[in-house]
Amino acid sequence: MAQMNLLHAINNALDIAMTDNERTVCFGEDVGHFGGVFRATSGLQEKFGKARCFNTPLVEQGIIGFANGLAAQGSVAVAEIQFADYIFPAFDQIVNEAAKFRYRSGNEFDVGKLTIRSPYGGGIAGGLYHSQSPEAYFAHTPGLKVVIPRNPYQAKGLLLASIRDDNPVIFFEPKRLYRASVGEVPAEDYQLPLGKAEVVQTGNDITLLAWGAQMEIIEKAAEKATGDGISCEIIDLRTILPWDIETVVNSVMKTGRLIVSQEAPLTAGFASEIAATIQQECFLHLESPIARVCGMDTPYPLALEKEYVSDHLKVYEAIKHSVNY
Amino acid sequence: MNTDSYNEGAVVHTPVFIDGHSVEIPILKILQQDGTLYECAELPDIDQELATKVYKTLAFHRVLDERMVASQRQGRLSFYIAALGEEAASVGGAAGLKDQDMIMTQYREQGALMFRGFSLEDFMNQMFSNAKDLGKGRQMPIHYGSKELNYMTISSPLGTQIPQATGYAYGQKLQGLDAVTICYFGEGAASEGDFHAGLNMAAVQEAPVIFFCRNNGYAISTPSDEQFKGNGIASRGVGYGIKTIRIDGNDILAVMKATQTARAYALKENAPVLIEAMSYRLGAHSTSDDPSGYRTREEEEQWQANDPILRMKNWMLAQNWWDETQDAEIYERYRKEVLAAVKVSEKIDKPHLDTLITDVYDVPPVLLQKQLEELKEHINKYPDAYPFTAGKF
Ligand SMILES: Cc1ncc(C[n+]2csc(CCOP(=O)(O)OP(=O)(O)O)c2C)c(N)n1
Ligand SMILES: [Mg+2]
Repeated sequence: MAQMNLLHAINNALDIAMTDNERTVCFGEDVGHFGGVFRATSGLQEKFGKARCFNTPLVEQGIIGFANGLAAQGSVAVAEIQFADYIFPAFDQIVNEAAKFRYRSGNEFDVGKLTIRSPYGGGIAGGLYHSQSPEAYFAHTPGLKVVIPRNPYQAKGLLLASIRDDNPVIFFEPKRLYRASVGEVPAEDYQLPLGKAEVVQTGNDITLLAWGAQMEIIEKAAEKATGDGISCEIIDLRTILPWDIETVVNSVMKTGRLIVSQEAPLTAGFASEIAATIQQECFLHLESPIARVCGMDTPYPLALEKEYVSDHLKVYEAIKHSVNY
Repeated sequence: MNTDSYNEGAVVHTPVFIDGHSVEIPILKILQQDGTLYECAELPDIDQELATKVYKTLAFHRVLDERMVASQRQGRLSFYIAALGEEAASVGGAAGLKDQDMIMTQYREQGALMFRGFSLEDFMNQMFSNAKDLGKGRQMPIHYGSKELNYMTISSPLGTQIPQATGYAYGQKLQGLDAVTICYFGEGAASEGDFHAGLNMAAVQEAPVIFFCRNNGYAISTPSDEQFKGNGIASRGVGYGIKTIRIDGNDILAVMKATQTARAYALKENAPVLIEAMSYRLGAHSTSDDPSGYRTREEEEQWQANDPILRMKNWMLAQNWWDETQDAEIYERYRKEVLAAVKVSEKIDKPHLDTLITDVYDVPPVLLQKQLEELKEHINKYPDAYPFTAGKF
């Protein structure tokens, strides 16, 4: 085991994927010699050569269109979009192409070997174009998998599983944690399952559910609630699409209460999907309404970021409200 | 249907491929580094008054960039983008236009805004995201905009302003205005789909728009030889049937001449023009970048010798329009002014809490008003956690 930050863990996973399968190719804006603006692909071009790790021209629709073709041909395409905020020029290639490649051809062709990596999320004074959490746009698209890790250990195992999964996967990396999150990561190759949530803390009174960087926030809120004698069960969803309904249902059957927290705006966020499904599945077991603690329904601000975000105090207030309902 | 491609050109009976580099593109140069003009060079419309304004803007630009990069290093500012070495492109472009012309930029063209008269306070308030920022503290530093000065607010997603400029210019034409739109972008952003869409539509819809590409050799770490294989950005204008010129971007007189000529042409012919200005990004991409990892010091030094501001100064001195005492005086004055302005702006309060929900729509919907009320209650409960806004609404 070695101590790694989230960036090292991702770099290490890419290194293993490229060593393990020589048809694995990593590319994107500034990804080559420079190693990406966050240095996630550092050293890969030196190690695997320019043909397998390279800079692309500055065109996201091109990057993903190229990646779709490469994956259809049978290569393993790992494309980086420099910031999740800049994924939208590629929306058509993702939503209409990658997601529907297999279905429209009757499984004659597929782009299962495609993985799109992209840093997402706020908390870095990035304002409206360097802070967005766009997972819900993609969660609305059958055919895609959407995966978000919460720490270095998860990042390595989930990224390796995403690269090897036989479906197109969007892998959003919580950039606020790139250097801030450090933990033990095994040096060897390992995978963590896609489509499986993880119960990271068991509890009896209420279930708290989140993903990515928001996990840290709900953990902090749970700690504060413990001081009030409230026992929280904490779940990391890990895969947004297709999501693990069973694990969440089992937890809510036990606790009778659920709070889902996300960075993205409230309306039509993935928290809403979870709330609808869980009230359907657990209606008679619920002790209080399912609560969503989310960003406000505005673009992500800059000067008033602190006020805007779904921070641990807002989650804590929601916990108290739910328990005292 | 367009019949040119069927009927034009020689008929051949063995395959003849046109070379991808067969278009030869001249480059306009008027002013030499020592301040003398090239032989037979044609000057732009410029007199002492305009030249002095242009030169002072360049000097102010240099000082502001220098001070703000330093402020960022001191931790006073979160982020900055300097335009070191390529100031002539933005300042010269604005100087070649009329005030009623719309300017749309990428982010490294603060010089155009300075030329238009955006005040030092306005620059500072934007960078410090305070209550006096015209953009209400919502965008990262350097994302300026001013309706009054016909300078469209900058958007971070690259290339998006290019087709927008085409539409804006088309509207100006439809209204019969004596106005064009200039659209700046980098050679990197010219790879985006929006570039191709914007140029083709401008040609087809006959929009009076000036596309101004700053080719500074790099897009963050990516050198232009990994960005495209054609003959620069100019060769693409030819493909879209657009009048195109390549110029020395460090030559302020060439920039002004090309822009003035392009403006007259765009208005008279109702047609777009593409200008490719060759320059070099002498500094880092932004304060978050360190170029030593991807290019050599020798390369940078070569370009340091092409300083566009020094070149203009040499010309001004030779014309007897300027002297060294005046020069020292303005640099000194600008430094003091900028420093003083930083101290004022960084102390101004953050925008009012209500600005969280305004301007999302023309009027905040009910749900947003409710979210704001809930937020206020929450802040009242935990005032210490929100020190910038607690007790201020
Ligand atoms: C759509 C989009 N993709 C990526 C980025 C990230 N990014 C910001 S600046 C930049 C490089 C731009 O280079 P260029 O257009 O040459 O302009 P220069 O910085 O050289 O002035 C990149 C990749 C972005 N802002 N928008
Ligand atoms: Mg550039």
